[in-house]
Amino acid sequence: MAKEAMDAWRAKLRKIYGIYTGVFVLFVVSLWIFETMGLDPKFIGYAFLFGTIGVYAAIGIISRTSIVAEYYVAGRKVPAVFNGMATASDWMSAASFISMAGALYLQGYDGLAFIMGWTGGYVLLAVLIAPYLRKFGQYTIPDFLESRYGGKLPRLIGIICALIVSLAYLVAQITGVGIITSRFLGLTFELGVFVGLAGILVCSFLGGMRAVTWTQVAQYIILIIAYMIPVVAISYKHTGVPIPQVMYGQALQVIEEKQKQLKDDPKEVEVREIWKKRAEDLNQKIKALPDSWAKEKSELEEKIKTLPSDDLKRVEAEKALKAYPKTPDEAKEKWTADMKTAQGMSKPPKSYVQPPTDSKGIINFLALTFCLMVGTAGLPHILMRFYTTPTVKEARNSAAWALFFIFLLYFTAPAYAAFARSEILTNIVGQAFTALPAWATKWAGVGLITIKDLNGDGIIQFAEVRIHADAVVLATPEIAGLPYVIAGLIAAGGLAAALSTADGLLITMSNAISHDLYYKIINPNISPSTRVKIGKALLLVVAAIGAYIATYKLAIIVELVAWAFSIAAATFFPAVVFGIWDKRMNRAGAVAGMIVGLTVTLYYLIGSRFYGLDWFGIKTIASGIFGIPANIIVALIVSRLTKAPDSEIQNFVDNIRYPKGAVGAGKEE
Amino acid sequence: MVEKETLERYWRETKKNMLIILFIWAIVSYGAALIASSLNSIVIFGFPMGYYMGSQGAITVFVLLNLYNSIYQNKLDIKYGLAEEE
Repeated sequence: MAKEAMDAWRAKLRKIYGIYTGVFVLFVVSLWIFETMGLDPKFIGYAFLFGTIGVYAAIGIISRTSIVAEYYVAGRKVPAVFNGMATASDWMSAASFISMAGALYLQGYDGLAFIMGWTGGYVLLAVLIAPYLRKFGQYTIPDFLESRYGGKLPRLIGIICALIVSLAYLVAQITGVGIITSRFLGLTFELGVFVGLAGILVCSFLGGMRAVTWTQVAQYIILIIAYMIPVVAISYKHTGVPIPQVMYGQALQVIEEKQKQLKDDPKEVEVREIWKKRAEDLNQKIKALPDSWAKEKSELEEKIKTLPSDDLKRVEAEKALKAYPKTPDEAKEKWTADMKTAQGMSKPPKSYVQPPTDSKGIINFLALTFCLMVGTAGLPHILMRFYTTPTVKEARNSAAWALFFIFLLYFTAPAYAAFARSEILTNIVGQAFTALPAWATKWAGVGLITIKDLNGDGIIQFAEVRIHADAVVLATPEIAGLPYVIAGLIAAGGLAAALSTADGLLITMSNAISHDLYYKIINPNISPSTRVKIGKALLLVVAAIGAYIATYKLAIIVELVAWAFSIAAATFFPAVVFGIWDKRMNRAGAVAGMIVGLTVTLYYLIGSRFYGLDWFGIKTIASGIFGIPANIIVALIVSRLTKAPDSEIQNFVDNIRYPKGAVGAGKEE
Repeated sequence: MVEKETLERYWRETKKNMLIILFIWAIVSYGAALIASSLNSIVIFGFPMGYYMGSQGAITVFVLLNLYNSIYQNKLDIKYGLAEEE
C-alpha cells in the first residue's frame, strides 16, 4: 500500500476503535445506572455476555472474506499498534486473566516465574524472530521450516508439533469459556461451552485471520478495562490512592508483618497440627491401597443400608459415596492431592516476598522461567501473528507493542494478589465465624473459598482459610464492595481473554491441516477458493473436537497447557532461530534437533508426572529445560557432520535478514 | 540486489545489538532472581527490591529493551540502505 493510503487506514482504525472504546465505557456506565435503579443482576450478566459476543460476531461478519491473503494473514495490513493489541489478547488467555494473580497470591515469590516467563519471551521474539519471519512473508511456521530446510519432512514435523501444542491449549480455553458462562449466568457448563463456541466460530469461520485480528483488538480493549477497574478501586479503598501498581508495597509490608505474628500463634499451631494429622492419616490410607479403598467404600455402603432414610447422617453418607473415588487408582490420585494440600497447610506460611531458600527451589524457579520464556517465543499461534503486518519494521515494532500491552496487565497482577492477601490477613483472620463478610460466604458457596473451623474455637485462623487461585480476580469486586456491574465486567473480560486465544489457536490448527498438510503436501493443485473453503470446514471440525474433549472436564487439562510451553520451546524455537541466525544449519540438523527435543521433553513430562522420574529434582512443568538444550546440541552436532546447505538456501537466509523487498501489504497473493 | 559486504556489516551490528539486549535480559531476570534474597534487604516505598525485580522491575526493563531494539534496528536499516521503500 502507498504511504498515504496506509496513513489514512491507520487514522480510520484509530477512529473506529476510539469510538468503540467510548461506546463500551458508556455501556458499562449505563448498566451501572440501571443497577442502582434496581435492575436484576442476572440481566446485567446477560447484557455483558450477549453484548460482547454480539460485537465480536458483528466484527466477524463485517470482516468476512474468501481471499487467500486476507484469510491467512489479514491482507498483511495490520499496523504495528493494532497487531500488538491483537497479539496481546491472542496471547493472554483465561489463565493470565483469571488464574495468574491467584497463583501469585498462593505462591508468593515462586509465582513470579509466570510474570517474568510470560513477558520475557517477547524480548526473544522481537530480537530473534519477528522481523525475519515477516520478511520471509508466507503464511505458517511449517511454511518457514520447509522453505528454509527443504523437503516435506521439516514441514510434517512442524505440523505435528503445532497440533500437539495447540490442542491442549484450545481445550483449556473452551473449558474456561464454559466455566465463566456457567458461573456468572447459571447456564449449564455444556450449554456455556456451545454459546462460547458460537462466539469463537462466527469470527474465524467467516473471516479467518482478518476477522480474528480485528476481533482480538476489540477483545483486548475489553479485557484490559475489566482487569484495571476493580484493582484500582481496591487500591483506593486500602490506601486512598488509585494507583495499585505503586501502592501495593504497603500491602506487602502488612503481609510480612502479619505472617510473622501468625507463625507462633498458639491457635494457628493447633490448626496446623490438625492438618498434619490429616496428612498422616491420608498417607496411611494411600499405603494401605487397595484394601483401604475397599474398606472405606463398604463402610459407607453399610451406613446407608442400616440408617433410616430420613437420617441426616445417611444423606451425608450418600453424598460421600457419590464423590468417592471409583477405582483404587483414582483414590490414589485424589488422596495424594489431598495429602499434599494438608501437608502444605500444616506448615507456617512462608514469607511472601522471599525467594526459595533451597537450591532445588531456585533451580526450579529459574528453569520454569526459562521454559516459559522460550516457549512463548515458540508458540505457533503467536509467531503467526507477525506475518500480518504491512512491513518488516512494523513486525519488529508490533512485538514491542505487544509486550507493552501485555505488560499493562502483568504489571498490575502482583498488586491484585498482594491486596487480596493483606485483605484476608487483616479482615478475615481473627474474626469470629459468625462475623464473616457476605462475599466470603458467597464464594465459599461455590467452593472457591473454603473456611472451616477445624479446631472448633469459633475464630478464623489463617490455616483454616483455603483459597482457589481463580478466586482472587473473581472475588475482588465483592471484596472491594463494588457494584455487581463490575463482576459482570470481569466475566466479560475473562471471556474476551479465553475467546481471543481460542480463535488464534483454532485458526493455527485449521491452517496446519488445510494449508500445510492438504494443500502443500497432499494436493497442491486446488484453487485458492477451495483452499479457503477447506480451511473453513476444518475450523468447524477442530472446534467440535475441542468442545467435545472439554465437556469431559478432565483435571489434567490445566497441566497440559503448561506442557505446551515446554514442547514449543524444545521444538519450534530452536528450529526457527537457527533458521535465521545460523547459515550452516541444515535439514538433517534441524530435523534431528526437533525430534530429539520433542522426544526428550515428552519423556520427562510423562515420566515425571506419572512414573516418578526425577532428574535433578526438576518439576514436570519445567520439562523443557532438558528438551531445549537437547535440541540445540543435537542440531549443532548433526548439522556440522553433514553437508552445508546449498547456495540457494544461503541466499534465502541472507534475504530474510534485511527488510528491503518484503512482500507488500494488501497484495493479492 | 544488496551487496554482500553491506549485508555482512549490517548483520554484524545486528548481532552485536542482539547480544547486548539478551545480556541485559538475562541479568534483570535470572541474575536478579539469583540474588533476590539479598536484594530484598533494600526496601523502597514498601517494596523489597528482590521481590520487586521479579514482579515489576524485570518486565519494565523488557518493555524498554524492545523499545530500544525497535529504535536501534530501524535506524540501522536506514543507515545501510536496507529499509523498505515506502
